[in-house]
Amino acid sequence: MPKKVVSGNYAAAYAAKHARVEVVAAYPITPQTSIIEKIAEFIANGEAEIQYVPVESEHSAMAACIGASATGARAFTATSAQGLALMHEMLHWASGARLPIVMVNVNRAMAPPWSVWDDQTDSLAQRDTGWMQFYAENNQEVYDGVLMAFKVAEHRKVNLPVMIIESAFILSHTYDIVDMPPQEEIDEFLPPREPLYTLTDFDNPIAVGALGTPADYYEFRYKIEKAMEEARRVIKEVGKEFGEKFRRDYSQMIELYKTDDAEFIFMGMGSLMGTVKEAVDLLRKEGYKVGAAKVRWFRPFPKEELYKLAKNVEGIAVLDRNFSFGQEGILFNEAKGVLYNTDAHPIMKNYIVGLGGRDFTVSDIKTIAKNMKEIIERGKLDREIEWYHLKR
Amino acid sequence: MIEVRFHGRGGQGAVTAANILAEAAFLEGKYVQAFPFFGVERRGAPVTAFTRIDDKPIRIKTQIYEPDIVVVLDPSLLETVDVTAGLKEGGIVIINTEKSKEEVLEKLKKKPAKLALVDATTIALEVLGLPITNTSILGAVAKATGIVSIDKVEEAIKDTFSGELGEKNAKAAREAFEKTVVYEL
Repeated sequence: MPKKVVSGNYAAAYAAKHARVEVVAAYPITPQTSIIEKIAEFIANGEAEIQYVPVESEHSAMAACIGASATGARAFTATSAQGLALMHEMLHWASGARLPIVMVNVNRAMAPPWSVWDDQTDSLAQRDTGWMQFYAENNQEVYDGVLMAFKVAEHRKVNLPVMIIESAFILSHTYDIVDMPPQEEIDEFLPPREPLYTLTDFDNPIAVGALGTPADYYEFRYKIEKAMEEARRVIKEVGKEFGEKFRRDYSQMIELYKTDDAEFIFMGMGSLMGTVKEAVDLLRKEGYKVGAAKVRWFRPFPKEELYKLAKNVEGIAVLDRNFSFGQEGILFNEAKGVLYNTDAHPIMKNYIVGLGGRDFTVSDIKTIAKNMKEIIERGKLDREIEWYHLKR
Repeated sequence: MIEVRFHGRGGQGAVTAANILAEAAFLEGKYVQAFPFFGVERRGAPVTAFTRIDDKPIRIKTQIYEPDIVVVLDPSLLETVDVTAGLKEGGIVIINTEKSKEEVLEKLKKKPAKLALVDATTIALEVLGLPITNTSILGAVAKATGIVSIDKVEEAIKDTFSGELGEKNAKAAREAFEKTVVYEL
């Protein structure tokens, strides 16, 4: 199929349609709403056969997806910020019941004060729910991410839900070119779901939502972690297969850009990394030996990849469009933790950028590069965490 | 890379204009990106929207601060908004107005290299029966900049609006293309 000029949200809606989702349950919230509006339009036009469940809250949206997925259906939803927070309880139910639901979360800053703009704290606050998380840099990655997410989630060794994450407005409402493969090629890549167990397989009845006493609960947790470990392998396999079929490779959980000879690198997630790559090219022309590492999958966390990368650089500037109060940027926190028990100890500095949609530009990245270069030359941090844009 | 900034008022379709321009450039074989100013839209309030056009994939995800081209859909904005803010040297300004070149230049803080004027409101009223100028102004963009052909603008309009609505809007763009006056300054 040809390329189309679509918004990030429409890319998500097309991907859901092309993945042949069977059930969508959702509740509108800015800036997510145009995803489910587009899906509703596909259904109204007869372009897609999807059971659409309008619900009265995001909590119910996830509950309906859980019910649908437990019957063996391919279920999809989308939300943002406060909506995701309201879903929180149900997120645990989805992963705990091992249901391969796929959700697009449009990153939006948490209120108060009210904001509809980009910020990763909403999704990162769901870090411990047992959902996999994929951060998209552009609309193409939103589209590709949704297709791959179902394949990873439904893999027999995984059976865990996936959150595909895109930036408010910067992707959700920005039009960009998206290549959508022919439906028959997508069907080949993503055949219908084959669930291990369903509520509706009456010959093999199962219990769902049972009590886990202290004698059993512990092992259920361990099995989720084993599934996450399997997911690391499955993600790479699926990403490689996707690349072979559709010429866009996702076999790496961290995408590396000009890191081979880099003295230091920028590390971050999502749409801001597009601007970072642009800045890397400009900085290299000015003599900086810099690269970029885009963390695609935050859960499961790409520990091995990070270690290999960190071993070969002198410094890492971690760009967090998020914050964990009382501590630091969340990616920074994770990355430091991964490296502690290894022999890779580059100088790491945390830059808090772009919270609540504050624009993060090429010139900002150049300023950070200059600061990183000084730190590396001195061999010592000036400060560990910098609130980069702060008005002084 | 060519960066275009649209100024309009909520409800006039500046965002749609940015999207249709991107679609037209895409039909010309270019890489494109189009987005609204990430604000809170209200009918009647000043709105900005942006289009980027390039020969290679566009990775940058920031707002546009130094446009090559500025397009103004609503003449009253010249009174309140500095539409030439950040305009690059050699930049082009396209305005929907019934005023003369001299009257318009008096309002602009920075003199562009090229100024294109068209009374898109009258064209829209005659052809569409509505004062929505987003499609007609694109005819002026094709005429003044050459970044897209009027044929591709019409095609992109018909891709966006189906049936009679598409035909009428394409006609408005064509008419504006013919009536736009371009001044080299």
